[in-house]
Amino acid sequence: MIITIASGKGGTGKTTVTVNLAASINRDDVTVFDCDVEEPNSHIFIKPENISSEPISVMVPKVDTQRCTLCGACEEICQFSAITLVAKRIMTFPEMCHSCRGCEMVCPEDAVKEDSRVLGSVHQGKNARGIDLTWGELRVGEAMSPPLISQVKDRINPGGIALVDAPPGTSCPAIEALRSSDYALLVAEPTPFGLNDLALTVEALKKLKVPTGIVINRADDAPGIVEEYAKKEGIEILQRFPFSREAASICSRGKLLVNEMPEMKALFQQLFNRLNQLLTESKEAGEVGK
Amino acid sequence: MKVVVTSSGKDLDADLDPRFGRAKYFIVVDTKSMDFEVKENTQNLNLPQGAGIQAGKTVAETGVEAVLTGNCGPKAFQVLETAGIHVITGIQGTVKGVVEKFNAGELSYAGGPNVEGHWV
Repeated sequence: MIITIASGKGGTGKTTVTVNLAASINRDDVTVFDCDVEEPNSHIFIKPENISSEPISVMVPKVDTQRCTLCGACEEICQFSAITLVAKRIMTFPEMCHSCRGCEMVCPEDAVKEDSRVLGSVHQGKNARGIDLTWGELRVGEAMSPPLISQVKDRINPGGIALVDAPPGTSCPAIEALRSSDYALLVAEPTPFGLNDLALTVEALKKLKVPTGIVINRADDAPGIVEEYAKKEGIEILQRFPFSREAASICSRGKLLVNEMPEMKALFQQLFNRLNQLLTESKEAGEVGK
Repeated sequence: MKVVVTSSGKDLDADLDPRFGRAKYFIVVDTKSMDFEVKENTQNLNLPQGAGIQAGKTVAETGVEAVLTGNCGPKAFQVLETAGIHVITGIQGTVKGVVEKFNAGELSYAGGPNVEGHWV
């Protein structure tokens, strides 16, 4: 069961919800996957131990100039100008390459060889309470995160409960994190900016056909623009976390709200129970995994 | 000799377009006779990424010796360098005006790109 926590707008509380939700579930098969590989921070709260790391690379082409006849077939298939024929020379731009291997396949001379480019690393560790965390870390200077996010997600065991902390935005990295999730939990901030980006994410999720629910973070007392939007779209609001200066202070010290504030723990447990209910219902209805 | 000027319009009186990869037009100018030819760059204007590379190729195919533009990124610069084309960056004015400056020897070749690559 894969639950991905996303938002659209950055800084609404994706990681806060992810790590506290993980810590409030009373089961031993909870795994967390931090897919915000540009700035992962779940490990600050989960505090994993015995961390193992491995570098992640992708294929990029390397041309054997002895074999290359400058026919241009590779250039023609490449949609990103990562391999280009200029002034009777083949040039490659590894940072443009999406590793589709098209150039390798179409080369009639077998001149395109495999080279690699390091994107970053995947780290994994378990904390004292048994919560298993896997996270990606993009190499500084690298711009392409989706293949690294995909590598983080490849380590998901669908048997247990996997909580995926998605990157902000609605472009390729966020889509990669949300793809093939059983449920998307959107953390909304009740501001016009938050609502704007929330709506963009909801539209993307309709295309991805992922069931969606909303939690409101730093909620005001009165129902506002997010409630109005959710009602119009027919999306359930699963929980409301009230604005709290104390909570902000606890988060800023890298601590878990569920350990410090009993009232927050109750809200997170309530949230998990509702999620579990929804996912069990849809599993029974045969919707999960479609 | 022939040079390319990135241009916002289709004649010598048009303003230089400061962008290389996403320039509206490339004007190929014969620096002696001031005869010119216009090349469109519409395809690149709508390309999400790699516009500099494609623009570099288009310019390389014209057989010019130098490019006069505002900004040139690292990948475009690399393509132009491979094609043996000099790049002059950081200039502004009309197409005619910059070619006259070039003829008067007032412009110097750039040793490298003057702006960072950008991502969408």
